[in-house]
Amino acid sequence: MTATTTTAPVVTEPRERVRRPRRRSLSPGRRLPAARLVGPALLLAVWAAASAAGRLDPGAIPAPWTVLRTAGHLWTAGTLPTDIATSVERAAYGFAIGLVAGVVLALASGLSRVGEALIDGTVNLNRAIPTLGLIPLFILWLGIGEAFKIAIIAIVVYVPIYLNTHAALSGIDSRFVELAEVQGLSRLRFVRQIVIPGALPGFFVGLRLGVTGSWLGLVVLEQINATSGLGYMMFQAQNYGQSDVILVGLLVYGVFGLVSDSAVRLIERRVLSWRRTLSS
Amino acid sequence: MAPHTEQLTRPAARLRGLTRSFDGRTVLDGIDLDLPAGQFTALLGHSGSGKSTLLRAVAGLDHKVAGSGRLDAPERVSVVFQDSRLLPWRRVLDNVLLGLDGKDAERKGRQALAEVGLEGRERAWPSELSGGEAQRAALARSLVREPELLLADEPFGALDALTRIRMHGLLRELWKRHRPAVLLVTHDVDEAIVLADRVLVLEKGRIGLDLTIDRPHPRSYRDPLLGEYRERLLAALGVTEDQ
Repeated sequence: MTATTTTAPVVTEPRERVRRPRRRSLSPGRRLPAARLVGPALLLAVWAAASAAGRLDPGAIPAPWTVLRTAGHLWTAGTLPTDIATSVERAAYGFAIGLVAGVVLALASGLSRVGEALIDGTVNLNRAIPTLGLIPLFILWLGIGEAFKIAIIAIVVYVPIYLNTHAALSGIDSRFVELAEVQGLSRLRFVRQIVIPGALPGFFVGLRLGVTGSWLGLVVLEQINATSGLGYMMFQAQNYGQSDVILVGLLVYGVFGLVSDSAVRLIERRVLSWRRTLSS
Repeated sequence: MAPHTEQLTRPAARLRGLTRSFDGRTVLDGIDLDLPAGQFTALLGHSGSGKSTLLRAVAGLDHKVAGSGRLDAPERVSVVFQDSRLLPWRRVLDNVLLGLDGKDAERKGRQALAEVGLEGRERAWPSELSGGEAQRAALARSLVREPELLLADEPFGALDALTRIRMHGLLRELWKRHRPAVLLVTHDVDEAIVLADRVLVLEKGRIGLDLTIDRPHPRSYRDPLLGEYRERLLAALGVTEDQ
């Protein structure tokens, strides 16, 4: 009995089917290549196909190539670059002022009790008033020129930046405060090496909301109170029934929004490289 | 570095009538204690007996706690916490160098990391370290400041049993090389016996037992002579073997 069993070569195939319950991976898995472009590309394809098949009223929704041709005309005529420059300038000034104001106020309020008493309640009061409701008042104060538009955009931007940065600053782990005391850090170093790096994730949440807010504010301002800029161009086009021009304006807004949000994401990923989260 | 001879006579820390209370409940009730320079002391007690309160008082971390008494502590005091408390946004070496000045700092930091066996991990993020490695980095951070007094608040409490044994050896070795006075707070009687040359038991806000353990190092858990010390300490803590 033993002879037969030892001479016969026993070939055990590696078992492919392992009998154990498979663990379902809870992380969303590997990212698809160019994942963020898939949805928009699909939408564009549907639009182009429907236009080519003649299923869309060209007066309401012109074909993508018509929009592109109109954009080309407007660009070579020189009106589109001027309008874009005007709009970008407004958004940039408003955003820059809002960013500085949000960060400075959050630091002043998050790092000193006096600052908190003076600033935090005031900002929250400001937040309770819908910013776009301030437009009539700001026009009275600053005139219908650039200043009031920039001021409104700055307010739309600073509120989320302030709120998120302040929340992050005041939420610093008390264990790290203790550590700073033990290591004998000066107040300045404590702020620079512990408070600010610890508050950066919150700041970036506010920054992304602020960037989106700056474009939102711009669109509203240029649609109702503009004498120049992209919104003005679209407003005029509405009067003349030029839906292709309106779509050019929307396209440019969309590109701005996408580019600026991607830029902030990129910076965020660089600065917060120590974080390992689901998205990495 | 060699221990200064004057340290052998001068106490690293001196507590006289130290009292601390929370909301009228007295936690430390007039503690008199000398921690001689270069001595390895362990502080045992039940949870809630006030051993952490005592350590935090010596570390100067009890700002809002009511209390009285006299406390002389040296200039250079380091603390190791139960959690490694590494800043997640600084690389390991930068964590070790936190609060350290001078052009020589980086060299000292690298040397400290090498001493705890983390050579080559200087550029790692804390989130990439295991629990034991993180705690070793925390040890390096406390040693790089060349403390006269090293306070450790259950530094191995969150580690697994195998890692803990290895960390015991490391701590003892580092102590032998640098000779700071050590106050190790723990609830683990065996840990205290294996590591310390003097074991204190905190009981009802006072030092209930002050035991010198005069056995050579390295010590084994199985050393039968240590059993006597264990029984005395357990008795002081109100635990008997048949319980």
